[in-house]
Amino acid sequence: METATYLTSMNYDVTLIEKEKELGGHLLNWEKLFPTMSYGKDVVSFLDKGIEMAKVKVEVNAEITDAKKHGDIFTVTLSDGRKFESDAIVVCTGYDLFDARKKEEYGYGIYDNVITSAELEAIFLKGDEIKTTHGKTPKKIGFVHCVGSRDEKVGNAYCSKVCCVTAVKQSIEIKEKVPDADVYCFYMDLRMFGMHFEALYKQAQEKWAVNFIRGRLSEACENMDGSILVKVEDTLAGKPLKMNVDLLVLMVGLIPSAGTKKIGNMLGLNFGVNGFLKNQEQHCLTTVSNIPGVFFAGTCVSPRTINNVFVDARAAALMTASYLNNYEIEKRIVF
Amino acid sequence: MKDFGYTINKDRQIDFDKGDMRVAKFLKESEPTYNICFACGTCAATCSAGQFTDFSLRKTLTFIRRGELGETKNEISKCMLCGKCYLACPRGVNTRKIILKIKEAVEKYNL
Repeated sequence: METATYLTSMNYDVTLIEKEKELGGHLLNWEKLFPTMSYGKDVVSFLDKGIEMAKVKVEVNAEITDAKKHGDIFTVTLSDGRKFESDAIVVCTGYDLFDARKKEEYGYGIYDNVITSAELEAIFLKGDEIKTTHGKTPKKIGFVHCVGSRDEKVGNAYCSKVCCVTAVKQSIEIKEKVPDADVYCFYMDLRMFGMHFEALYKQAQEKWAVNFIRGRLSEACENMDGSILVKVEDTLAGKPLKMNVDLLVLMVGLIPSAGTKKIGNMLGLNFGVNGFLKNQEQHCLTTVSNIPGVFFAGTCVSPRTINNVFVDARAAALMTASYLNNYEIEKRIVF
Repeated sequence: MKDFGYTINKDRQIDFDKGDMRVAKFLKESEPTYNICFACGTCAATCSAGQFTDFSLRKTLTFIRRGELGETKNEISKCMLCGKCYLACPRGVNTRKIILKIKEAVEKYNL
């Protein structure tokens, strides 16, 4: 959205193609954002305002069935048969969430009181009370970090970057809503890389008394009453530990979206080892693809925060404009 | 019964729900910086007593947080109260006060 807004503002003829019925993507499903606790919908409004002000042409409910390059011209075909021709393409196909069913030992989809971080966010968004499936207010809640991340057995060796701080954010929100509940985060490392993330983590400890236990969950089992028994090695104590929780939240990782794979294959783009789209160079050409005229913005390249995506989106607009103007700087040697 | 010389090992697993949380609760209420420890181990690395014994404040606190108080009295008695850990702690945890409070709790709960 931001790339389209900037390129349209720079007087390029841009068409934004969205497969869903409205623009905004995953952000529409997120109530509050780390580390500011500002609202996801406010960011969507900011983006919408850009689209509106720049008068970007938008096609929603538009499924791409084909995308090809002939000479210097790209042709994109939609499912309704319409064709769009362009000189450049910016791929913004984003991510999907890891399917927690693949970590069968955590019981998602089998045990009622095991939910994902996205489902917890949906509860926050609807303003519903935090309840177990048996209608009780949970007394103990566990958060499991790295579900589908840093896990080669499920094919995802990489860190999803945003889950650690999301767990901290959501644990604070749980404590706001259910102050009497005890919250436990099970982690391997806490990757608080952002400027204000560490402060949020400290706030979770200091103000909200959220507990952090270092160790990766080996398994979760359901008790007769629907509560969940978790097993972990407490690696700071150097001993195995078991604990019952009323609700278990799995911090699902980010994976390359089905759309990213589809568009990448159609255009003949390179994929990296983790299945995301591969950029030309990881330091100075992060938004540039292997095909002249195709650029990237956002999480189609790797897991990214919203801040990163904004920076990326505007960078992609600049690189696209530079390409369309055939600037000499475009021909710099890639090492 | 004939003694065949076999023994059964005690379960090593921490059963968190059965833990004795009295000291953890007492520390939480009496020293606000107790909560902000992120278990880096700087206190144990700089510890004078730790050079000569296996005392680790980081580990002692971890067991208090898990409700395992079996070793607390013995462990905390190794501290010489020099206060180097308080100087070294990057998060500003008042470790010296926490140690004194643990000693108080040991008396209070007759551990």
